[in-house]
Order: sequence, then structure tokens, then C-alpha cells
Amino acid sequence: MSLLSRNIFRALVQGSQHVSKGVHTTAVNNDKNQTKEGRIKCTLIPGDGVGPELVYSVQEVFKAANIPVQFESFFFSEVNPTLSAPLEDVVNSITRNKICIKGILATPDFSHTGELQTLNMKLRNALDLYANVVHVKSLPNVKCRHNDVDCIIIREQTEGEYSALEHESVPGVVECLKIITAAKSERIAKFAFDYAVKMGRKKVTAVHKANIMKLGDGLFLRSCEEIAKLYPRIQFEKMIVDNCTMQMVSNPNQFDVMVTPNLYGNIVDNLASGLVGGAGVVAGASYSAECAVFEQGARHIFSGAVGKNIANPTAMLLCSANLLAHVNLHSYSKMIKNAINKVLKDGKVRTKDLGGQSTTLDFTHAVIHSLV
Amino acid sequence: MAVRLLSRLVLPEIRGTVYSSSAAAPATLSDFDVQHKTPVIRKQQSIPKAQYGGRHAVSMLPGGGIGPECMSYVRDIFNYIGAPVDFEVVDIDPNVDNDDDVQYAITTIKRNGVGIKGNIETKSEAAYVTSRNVALRNELDMYAYVLNCKSYPGVSTRHKDIDIVIIRQNTEGEYAMLEHESVRGVIESMKVVTASNSERVARFAFEYAKRNGRKKVTTVHKANIMKISDGLFLETSRRLAKEYPDIEHNDMIIDNCCMQLVARPHQFDVMLMTNLYGSIVSNVVCGILGGAGLLSGRNYGDNYAVFEPGTRNTGTAIAGKNIANPIAMINASVDMLEHLGHRYHADLLRNAVNRTINVDRILTSDCGGTASSTDVVNAIKENANLIANKLHLG
Amino acid sequence: MAARLIRKIVPAAKTGASQYSTGVRKVTLIPGHGIGPEITVAVQKIFEAAKVPIEWDEVDVTAVRGPDGKFGIPQKAIDSVNANKIGLKGPLMTPVGKGYRSLNLALRKEFDLYANVRPCKSLDGIKTLYDNVDVVTIRENTEGEYSGIEHEIVDGVVQSIKLITEEASKRVAEFAFQFARDNKRKKVTAVHKANIMRMSDGLFLRCCRDLATKYPDIKFEERYLDTVCLNMVQDPSKFDVLVMPNLYGDIMSDMCSGLVGGLGLTPSGNIGKNGALFESVHGTAPDIAGKDMANPTALLLSSIMMLRHMQLNEHADRVQNACYEVLREGKALTGDLGGTAKCSEYTNAIISKLN
Repeated sequence: MSLLSRNIFRALVQGSQHVSKGVHTTAVNNDKNQTKEGRIKCTLIPGDGVGPELVYSVQEVFKAANIPVQFESFFFSEVNPTLSAPLEDVVNSITRNKICIKGILATPDFSHTGELQTLNMKLRNALDLYANVVHVKSLPNVKCRHNDVDCIIIREQTEGEYSALEHESVPGVVECLKIITAAKSERIAKFAFDYAVKMGRKKVTAVHKANIMKLGDGLFLRSCEEIAKLYPRIQFEKMIVDNCTMQMVSNPNQFDVMVTPNLYGNIVDNLASGLVGGAGVVAGASYSAECAVFEQGARHIFSGAVGKNIANPTAMLLCSANLLAHVNLHSYSKMIKNAINKVLKDGKVRTKDLGGQSTTLDFTHAVIHSLV
Repeated sequence: MAVRLLSRLVLPEIRGTVYSSSAAAPATLSDFDVQHKTPVIRKQQSIPKAQYGGRHAVSMLPGGGIGPECMSYVRDIFNYIGAPVDFEVVDIDPNVDNDDDVQYAITTIKRNGVGIKGNIETKSEAAYVTSRNVALRNELDMYAYVLNCKSYPGVSTRHKDIDIVIIRQNTEGEYAMLEHESVRGVIESMKVVTASNSERVARFAFEYAKRNGRKKVTTVHKANIMKISDGLFLETSRRLAKEYPDIEHNDMIIDNCCMQLVARPHQFDVMLMTNLYGSIVSNVVCGILGGAGLLSGRNYGDNYAVFEPGTRNTGTAIAGKNIANPIAMINASVDMLEHLGHRYHADLLRNAVNRTINVDRILTSDCGGTASSTDVVNAIKENANLIANKLHLG
Repeated sequence: MAARLIRKIVPAAKTGASQYSTGVRKVTLIPGHGIGPEITVAVQKIFEAAKVPIEWDEVDVTAVRGPDGKFGIPQKAIDSVNANKIGLKGPLMTPVGKGYRSLNLALRKEFDLYANVRPCKSLDGIKTLYDNVDVVTIRENTEGEYSGIEHEIVDGVVQSIKLITEEASKRVAEFAFQFARDNKRKKVTAVHKANIMRMSDGLFLRCCRDLATKYPDIKFEERYLDTVCLNMVQDPSKFDVLVMPNLYGDIMSDMCSGLVGGLGLTPSGNIGKNGALFESVHGTAPDIAGKDMANPTALLLSSIMMLRHMQLNEHADRVQNACYEVLREGKALTGDLGGTAKCSEYTNAIISKLN
């Protein structure tokens, strides 16, 4: 009980901080995440699995394009706890730099110390990275069953099913708590609508299961409805999660922006990524109020591909392009995006997941050659 | 059990997000009517702020006249210096009689928490269409208006080194917009002064003085004639002055104040006044400092802040001629950056503006220069670049 | 509160199917609402023509007010299913309003239908973007996220409890492996999210692993929920039988239906220790009810599943072949599949293929 209450309390405080933080409490923000040479500093977490290979690809491209970004690299891993940098160091670095590019962290099914929170969750909670954005868009010349998919999936990722509150009440019976709070639901709904406004989107769909979880998902849904009232020029829709997945595989073009609680978001993210070519081509990002962490949209470590030089760096490169746009280096961002599109359009260099035989390195070099 | 108690404690904050209907008014009144017929403090809901990954979303209301061109300069400069702000542009059609656009603009400011605006025209003369600028301020309950008046050495004026802060009650007073013809040929216009609003703005003024190291607050009034209404305003400020013993407080009658301003402006530090007097005084001070195109004003409420050029004129006559002075709007954007906490970019831009005016003396015709608007903007950009490089090297 | 649930979960019994031998059997028939009656008639006609040795025991489950003042299933329907141990049901509509429990949920509870089985197979003649789908989703139906235990701890903070028990997990896992063996399937995939929900999904996963050792002839693999979603839409042929907790099953089963053409073509069975209930999972479609436009395929496929469950495999094959052939020819398709045929025409087309 005490553990549970502490966590709930923590969730409450976190949520409330944000709501009560009026604009007048002008947070001391030092924007000086720039080094003396005018280079922007960025935290880099290579991650597990093929992460380091993909991150290397990004670094190569940045070097070739002479992009004024300096990486501050941390080895951070849950499967290799002895080598991993301490959480505080990583968190401090990201808080200082405000931007981070991150490979995928592997999460083992069990923890040696019996801990219920994964490292990913710890990082998210420490930085309060509450919003995960995955922009799923069909890429040129990537053959898939569906064409012209273009939807943005926004996922709450600090509460819900991922609360890490589990206990075995009686042997053989495990209870897992799903926590939904009004504060956090409103926050994510607001994020989704603001994102829709920013991107010039027309519709926001809330994905839920309020017909069964009447209180929990009901609260989420109500929060979305309330926030939707502030956006009279954006259409608001609700959809039950199982129907949503069905619609997604049969008619994905109907979706625009989707806002989901934690677990459903995970499902929809991966499903949508599958529609446009897999985990290797979809970029994502996590946002807190202060910082942004750019990572792949569908988180898979491809342990089978480690060291084989076959992983597709497209997603990671797109992430890096988004990162550049985030820090106002729009021309560099466009340069990388155009280069990726050109390579994909030419279709000569394809990694294995897109039906080609090229290696990660080949693809990276092809992108570098296409930089204008 | 302890949790229960603890959670209770944090509860009120969370519950701040409860969406209560704005006032207990009859359902037949629109929100807009409610506002104008019930001049009380508006209940404001707090909405999560639009700050994501260190970037802020800000509503941009270009307004009429020179507004759109000035806004495009601001966006240009922000892009150039890489300020982490995303603008949501809302255009308001001045010719339409209904309030849809204005209501939408208000909603976007509520969502984003912060806005930057030009002056919005109200073309319609119909009595039921209120001034949109006033509507915006009232609806968002932005009760305090702050105008920072500081001389630029590069602009030649009669008085040098003026540094005055004008704080003006922004939502009631003469601008209550309650007028009626009681008998034919006799029109009554009501001036509303409430204790609560007076106290809020007075406290704002004293807090501002304290936080910014100011020495003196002067309350401007006409309590010798309007004994009860201005009397209340004066009384309130006197009462609050006792809570701030470090800050000197005096009061001055409006007509005398205007005279003193043009004769001996250096005696003033922070000035506190009601709505109409504020309008008069701020224009007088702007004139002393070198025209309408330099200063920027800030509207503050408990939850929202809107930044705008200091004198509220649309400048329709010079729109599109590339001669408007963009400094006022750029200064407003600097205020906004500061408010959002982006100190680095705010300082950078402020220094660039100062350098352009005081060192390079690139000025538009209203300040005695010959440069065009774009010349000024380009000069600011160059200066920003210079300063940024110096920062990184030094 | 957990104890209350535990008490309900008694050791799993083997499904009642094996106790049947030959002879005419009684099956409870719940026509349901909306288009339900039309499509059940279609199934009845086809079964009659195929000389399936089944006697229908038709009952109505329209909610009646019970002695406790709540609306619920009539006792007669309950008795019938209890006696027959097997039932076929059309779509049900739960009236909106207080005091009404979802009838589907009530039936599930009443007969302790712990496993939901939905085979999703690409059908010739139905054009979808996926043509090689042949997966069976098996979903735990009684606990997990749908435990129904939710409360608002403080204002604005709701906690829902996801309950996973060893009993129920083992029961559904065993069913999945047995189903795979009975239906000559090769592989069972446990779908979970134990990297996040380490204890609850971990327990489910452990139960699956335990059972897998008892079925060495069936290949067993574990996959994360998100990975399954990703891979399913890329290459559904990677999967065979999927077994998972309640919510994941709900989502995955609908998604798989989407792959093969929607709920109108997906059969579904609920297996419990007190009997089995086969149903069509689509809605009641009140707008086309009574117009002879409905598509009975889902219910027909469900009834074929039922025949297999009763081990009337010969009859099942016959009806199934006829149905598939009509779909393949594509001459007599109903409106939802892009055809113009009426429900009765479609039924007759199937009947004519029976011989």
C-alpha cells in the first residue's frame, strides 16, 4: 500500500506541477546549450541492439554535411548495467542540452533486482517526457500494401498501464494497476491538439476503451472532450481501440492525428509503422515541456541484426533531421530529408528490410553522396 | 491514509483545471454579453501550457494596418536567430460584424497562454460590436498593462535618459463600455472601479517595483473630482503602499501629471493609474520618447500575457509602404521572449535593436532617419549575428 | 476484492465436447436482435439442407427484470445452454441506460466462457490487401484489464486494476495448445508486454511457458505485443495461433478481422467450462434489419466452427466448402461485399453447392 500510494502521490505531484505552473513563474531557462564555437550540444544515447550502428550512421552524415552539432555520448543500457552511465548523469545532460537523440534501449522481461520500472520508464519519468509523437508517413518507393498513409500518433507515456505498480496479492494472482489522471490526460490532449494546430491538421481522434474501462478510459475521454472544446476549428473524433486497429489495417487514410493513452499508443504506433515499411523507416520523438528526445517510432532492437551491418538507418536519419528542425537548423534538416528521399526514390540502394541487399554503411554513404 | 491527506493538499491545484462555466449568468446571455454586463473579475480556467520540448507555441494576431508586415519581420528575425517559438497565426477580419474570429483568437491565447498582437481594427460602428482590443483584454482578464518607457540615445528627443514604467488598469474604469441614453439627448457612460481590481493592479505595480529594483510608485488619479471612484483607486494604492515600506509612494492628479511629464519627466519612476488615464499618459510618454514606433506594451492577467506595440494605433495610412517602424513590434517580441524565459534570445535581440538604433543609427523616417522598414530589419539581423559571434568567441 | 474474483475461478475443466457421440444433438439457438433473426434463419436453412444432425432449441435472451431488480438474461435461456452445453448466437444489442448489463458480458459471466477463439483466414473471392492470412487469436476472456475493478482514488485520478491469475492463464494457455494440436496447427505465439508489466504479463508468460513443455509437438514462441502488431501488418503469415490476455486479444482479434475483410467475415467461438457459445461478432445493423440484405457469413462460419467443436467434421467440411465456393465464384455476394444478392439468394446459392 505504501509503495502504491507513494507512486500515486508522485504522479499527482508531477501532474499538478504542470497545471499550476503559471506563465509568470518564469522559469530560469538558460538557453546556452551552445558551445563556444556556436555548435549546438546534443546528448546521444546509442542504445542497445543495432542502435550503435544506426547512431554511427547519423554521426557520419552529420560530419559529412558539416552540421554544427556536437554530440555528448552516453552508454546507457539496462541489459548491461555495469557499463551503463548513471541515470542522473544522462538526465542532467539532457536537461542541460534540451535535445537528445537516442537509439533503442532493450528492456529485459525481468529485472535482477526485482525492480518493476524499466530504464526507459525511469528516463521518461525523470525528464517527464510525457508525449510521444510518431509521424507515420508513406515514403517514396517503399513498397507497402497501403499508399499515402500520413498520420500522427500521439501517446501519453508516463502513466496508464506503464505505472509499474504491480503486486501479487495472493500467490498466483497478480494485480497490475493502470492509473489515469485528469491532469495528465488533459495535458496530452492539449499537446495533441496543439500539435495538430502546428502541423495544420484537421482532425484529432482519441483512441480509448471507455466502453469497458468506464472510469479510467472514461476520464481520458472526458479530458479529451474538454480540451477539444478549445479547438473549434479542429474536428474531434473518438474511436474504440479494437475498432481503431481494424480500421487502421483496412483503411488507414482516414486517420489524421490520433491521441492515445500509453498502451494503446504503443499498439497503434507499431501497427501504423508496419503499414509503411516497418520499424526501420519511422521516426518518432518524445517531448517534455523542456526537452525533446528523438528516437525511432517503433522501438525494436533487432538483436538478430546486431553487427551484421544490415539495419535500416532511415528512421534514425529522419530523427536527426527532425532534431535539426527542432533547433531551428531548417536548411540542414531539409538537406538530410531530401537526401534520404532521393536515395529511396532512386531505389538502387536498399537495405534488407526494404527488399534490397545493401548494408547500413552503403545506405549511409548513398545519403551522404546525395547531400546537396 | 497519509496519502489521502497529502493528495487532498495537492488537490486544489489539480482542480484548477476544472472547467467551470465562466459565470453564473442566465443561459440566454452569450459569454461576450456576460463579460460586458457583469464587470467582475472573470473566473479563468488554467489550461496546461503550450510548451513542448523547450519550444513555445504563441498566438500571433497580426491585426490591421502595419500589423501584418511588422509580424512578418518578427517571424523573419525569429527564424534568423533561432528563437524556439512556434507561431499560430490568427487573422481577424475587421469587416465582419460577428465575433467569431475574435472569440477564436481569444481561445487560441487561452490555449497557448501567450500572444503577440498588432492593433486590431473594429470597422463596424454598430453599437453592439465592442472594440475588439477591449474585448480581448476583458475576456482574458488581463488586468494590468505595462509600458516600459526608456529613451534610446540614438533617437534625438528633447528629454534624455527617461526611464518610466507605466502600469495601467486594463479591464474596467472608463472602458467598462456601459453606455445608455437615459432620456433623449442625455447619455450616461458609466465608469466602474472595483476594490478587487484596484487592489490587483496596485499589488502588481508594487510587486513590479520591488522585483525590478524601482524606488517610487506614483498613483495618477482625479480623486478631487471623482471622489468615490478614483477615491477608491487611490485609497487602495495608499493602503497597499504601507505593505511596501521600501518603496516610496506619492499621488498626482492627472492634469498636473501630464504637465509634469512634458516639463520634468525624470521625477517619475513607476506610474500606476486607471484605464483612461493610462491611455493618455502612455501616449504622452511615447511622444516624449520619439514617436509611436518604438515602445512595446505588455498585458498581464493571472494566466495569460499578450504583447503588443506600445501605442495602440493601426497605422493604416502607412501600411504596405515599407516605411513603418518595426521596432515597436520587435520590442514586443523581445518582451515575449523574456516572459517565456528565453533569456539568451531575448538579450541577443534586445542588444541587436539597441545597437541598430544607438550605434548604427539606422532609423525610419518617424524617428528622423531615412531607412526603410526592411533596412532596419536587416540591420538588426546583422547586428544579432555580430553579437552572437562575439558571445561565442568571447 | 481480488479474493472475490479468485473464488470464482475454479479449476479448469476440459471442454465438454468430447462427451458427445453420434445421434441428433440439441443446440441452443439465440437469434439475437436486428439482423440476427434473418441470418440465423439462413444458417438453419443451410444446415437443414446439409442434413446436419442438429436440433435447434431456440431461446430469446432479451433482457428481463430479475428478482433483484436488475435486467438480465432470462432463466430459460440459461437452463437451455446449461443443458445443451453448446449454443449459437446472433448479434445482441444492449439497451443504453442504467441498470442494463451488457448481455454479451452477462452470457460470458454466466457460462464462464474463459477463452475466445477467432480464426481469421483470407477467403478466396474477398479482395483485401492481405491474401495470406491464416491466424487464430485466442483471448483470455474473464480477467485482465476487463476485471471491472476501477475506482477514483482522489478526484481526477482513476486506477483500474488489471488482474492476472495463474489459474486463468494456465487454463487459456492449455486451451490454446490443445486447440493447436486438435486443429493441426504448428505454432503457438504468446503475445505479452512483460518488458513493461513484468509481474502480471510475466505471470501469464510463465504459465504459457509451463504449458508449452507439455506440448512438445507444438512450436512455442513469445512476442511483444507491439512487435506482433508491426509484423502482423507486414507479413501475417509469420503467425499461426496467438494466445494472449484479455485486452490484447480484443485488439488483436479485431485487427486480424480487418486484415481479412472485417467482422462480417470472421467467426468467433467462446469456450467455457460449462459449455461453448459460438457467435458472430458484428453489430446488429438495425438500419438494414428485415430488408433481406444482411450477410450471414460470419454466423455461418461460426456455426461451422461449432460443428468442428462437436466433432461433426464431415458436415463442417461440406458446409464450409459450399460457402467458400460461393464466395470464390463471387456471383451471389451480398451488398457489404460489393455484390447485389439478397441474403436469401446468397443462402440458396450455398445450398445449391452443397450437393
